[in-house]
Amino acid sequence: MGIQGMELCAMAVVVLLFIAVLKQFGILEPMSMEDSSDSELELSAVRHQPEELDQLQAQTKFTKKELQSLYRGFKNECPTGLVDEDTFKLIYSQFFPQGDATTYAHFLFNAFDAEGNGAIRFEDFVIGLSILLRGTVHEKLKWAFNLYDINKDGYITKEEMLAIMKSIYDMMGRHTYPILREDAPLEHVERFFQKMDRNQDGVVTIDEFLETCQKDENIMSSMQLFENVI
Amino acid sequence: MAAGVATWLPFARAAAVGWLPLAQQPLPPAPGVKASRGDEVLVVNVSGRRFETWKNTLDRYPDTLLGSSEKEFFYDADSGEYFFDRDPDMFRHVLNFYRTGRLHCPRQECIQAFDEELAFYGLVPELVGDCCLEEYRDRKKENAERLAEDEEAEQAGDGPALPAGSSLRQRLWRAFENPHTSTAALVFYYVTGFFIAVSVIANVVETIPCRGPARRPPREQPCGERFPLAFFCTDTACVLIFTGEYLLRLFAAPSRCRFLRSVMSLIDVVAILPYYIGLFVPKNEDVSGAFVTLRVFRVFRIFKFSRHSQGLRILGYTLKSCASELGFLLFSLTMAIIIFATVMFYAEKGTNKTNFTSIPAAFWYTIVTMTTLGYGDMVPSTIAGKIFGSICSLSGVLVIALPVPVIVSNFSRIYHQNQRADKRRAQQKVRLARIRLAKSGTTNAFLQYKQNGGLEDSGSGEEQALCIRNRSAFEQQHHHLLHCLEKTTCHEFTDELTFSEALGTVSLGGRTSRSTSVSSQPLGPGSLLSSCCPRRSKRRAIRLANSTASVSRGSMQELDTLAGLRRSPAPQSRSSLNAKPHDSLDLNCDSRDFVAAIISIPTPPANTPDESQPSSPGGSGSGASSNLRNSSLGTPCLLPETVKISSL
Repeated sequence: MGIQGMELCAMAVVVLLFIAVLKQFGILEPMSMEDSSDSELELSAVRHQPEELDQLQAQTKFTKKELQSLYRGFKNECPTGLVDEDTFKLIYSQFFPQGDATTYAHFLFNAFDAEGNGAIRFEDFVIGLSILLRGTVHEKLKWAFNLYDINKDGYITKEEMLAIMKSIYDMMGRHTYPILREDAPLEHVERFFQKMDRNQDGVVTIDEFLETCQKDENIMSSMQLFENVI
Repeated sequence: MAAGVATWLPFARAAAVGWLPLAQQPLPPAPGVKASRGDEVLVVNVSGRRFETWKNTLDRYPDTLLGSSEKEFFYDADSGEYFFDRDPDMFRHVLNFYRTGRLHCPRQECIQAFDEELAFYGLVPELVGDCCLEEYRDRKKENAERLAEDEEAEQAGDGPALPAGSSLRQRLWRAFENPHTSTAALVFYYVTGFFIAVSVIANVVETIPCRGPARRPPREQPCGERFPLAFFCTDTACVLIFTGEYLLRLFAAPSRCRFLRSVMSLIDVVAILPYYIGLFVPKNEDVSGAFVTLRVFRVFRIFKFSRHSQGLRILGYTLKSCASELGFLLFSLTMAIIIFATVMFYAEKGTNKTNFTSIPAAFWYTIVTMTTLGYGDMVPSTIAGKIFGSICSLSGVLVIALPVPVIVSNFSRIYHQNQRADKRRAQQKVRLARIRLAKSGTTNAFLQYKQNGGLEDSGSGEEQALCIRNRSAFEQQHHHLLHCLEKTTCHEFTDELTFSEALGTVSLGGRTSRSTSVSSQPLGPGSLLSSCCPRRSKRRAIRLANSTASVSRGSMQELDTLAGLRRSPAPQSRSSLNAKPHDSLDLNCDSRDFVAAIISIPTPPANTPDESQPSSPGGSGSGASSNLRNSSLGTPCLLPETVKISSL
């Protein structure tokens, strides 16, 4: 590079500095015309108010006091009145610190979110709880079926069941006794299907499910297990 | 677990219904649930301010006071509320923690008070929410530092309390570290300081050109060469002193290895080594060049002043603590120097007769320009060079200005800490004196009580009542407790002075008959009462004088009892003497002149008190009248059992 080369560089540097100075004055704004809508983004937090207490009471089997207590807890955790999936996963994961509960939480979320709008409202929450805690055995089993049926088409396929089973085993984490084998979920699914699938067509319908469960004493007796949770 | 988790637990359990059809084994039964009362509002009364909250809110954190059954201890059945006798303002934050799950730290409250409240309610400080956590930690650290300094200062300034049995080494070391402890140490301190100054000045003056005597060529010669002997002698003397000091320090150091590795000792070594090397190096031409270089190291003697100057130490400490900022400064400067030197070199390359002969040569220009020195010995002549040169000087200002405030703030913080430490040390003495006062007041009261025959179970109840009525229930119980301890251990309480005197050897036959006047000062003469164990009593009496001086409360009573005791000039019998206090107990202290004509009997056997206790009242510590005294509590009062005039 000769002298001219260096002088060119010097000129370039001077020009750059000039531009920097001009920017200060706001005269030159090459790239500052971005949308200032980022700030707006936070304001549009959705809020939801639940139905009237009486209506809820009619829809569920909780007493007024129980509903009040439930709502207080719910509102404390979610002031907006809605639980989105990520929050739900976070909360549920806290109960199973050793494993990964996010997949199962996802399935649970879908089971609770009756309308599939991506957020659990208080009504969904309370109606679901009502079924689980105060419902008849029939209703509970239907709820469980709904949980397993991921695409809600009325049939539980082996793949769906495998997904559910894997997610449940995921919650156990790595450190189990005996050591968790790779095919444990699959085995479990096979056993389940053997038991439930009457006509061996590879899917379990709601009727098969209900019928099999009602014949199984273990399942029947444990249905009362969680009745006094609230 | 967070609050939210507790709230969602029922939900998670309910959702476990989904596992039921899949379970291969029967599920365990649910835990027994206590009669769920349904949610109710609890009233928590904190020092009068009522807080109401749902029970469920408090139950969210079952391992805290309010969330567990521990709060039942505070339940007041009459009013139906939980009463806490604590700060209501702080409670607000505690309760908000239950409600929101985040513990916030109040800005205007003392951090330690907050900590104490947290500890009471069973909350761990780690629960402080992220928003307040940093500030909380900072304030706590600041507090801890201050308290640690206090403790250090206390320990360091513990000079006077040197154990009597310290060896020469320990004394020497202490003298070195705290020159103010003894005059010899102070003298030594000043002498070394003087010699350091002399040495440094000699080094400096050595190089000044002295005009030689008016000779034909008025040669200018450095003084060092004109008066070599004088300077050599000075140097030798200084080095001898420094060597002696170093060796003494080495001998006295409690941990020689650590001392050898410490900075100050290294400086000492570096300061005196050149001299010795110079002595042993033969003075031939080849080595003398190196020898001259060694002379440079003599200037390190000036660093020895840091033992004498605190400011210097602070400066050194600051630089050490700002090591990272200094490192950053250095690094960025180096980068900038290299960049600009390269640029300037290539910019000025074309010019003939240019100073920028190479990039390293341009380093000098860059440094001089960046630090805005601008000597002018190297100047760019091309336009490009001038442009880049100006950019260089502007950026130099910025790069240097950035880390400097950090260093300055560090220095200011350390300096103020030091100031604070000094101020606190001064206040500490007053504080300690006051604490000692209060302590001795308590023990004086106890001994007072004993002496008044409070422990006696025989009659003279009315007189007892006179002195006893001034004591609160707390005091009574406290004194009873102390008495129980004395009985248990068969030892008695006494004060430190008496105890330390007891360690030494004081002749027993001290005759103490001075005249005293009670009113003048409570410095009652020790002379009061001799006993057949004059060692104890005499000392006690003397100490009594000194210690009662420091007693603020109870002094009146003591005066009276003393007066009462003294009033009996020469009680002939122990019993009569013991009876005296009861009689003479009037609580007005008018001046009673008396001559303590109590002759202490010389050297009675030390175990006399032991056997001659039968009639001593209260028998406080009768079994315990061994010569051993607990020095924990002072007992300047005279115990009845020591008030014995053994018949000659």
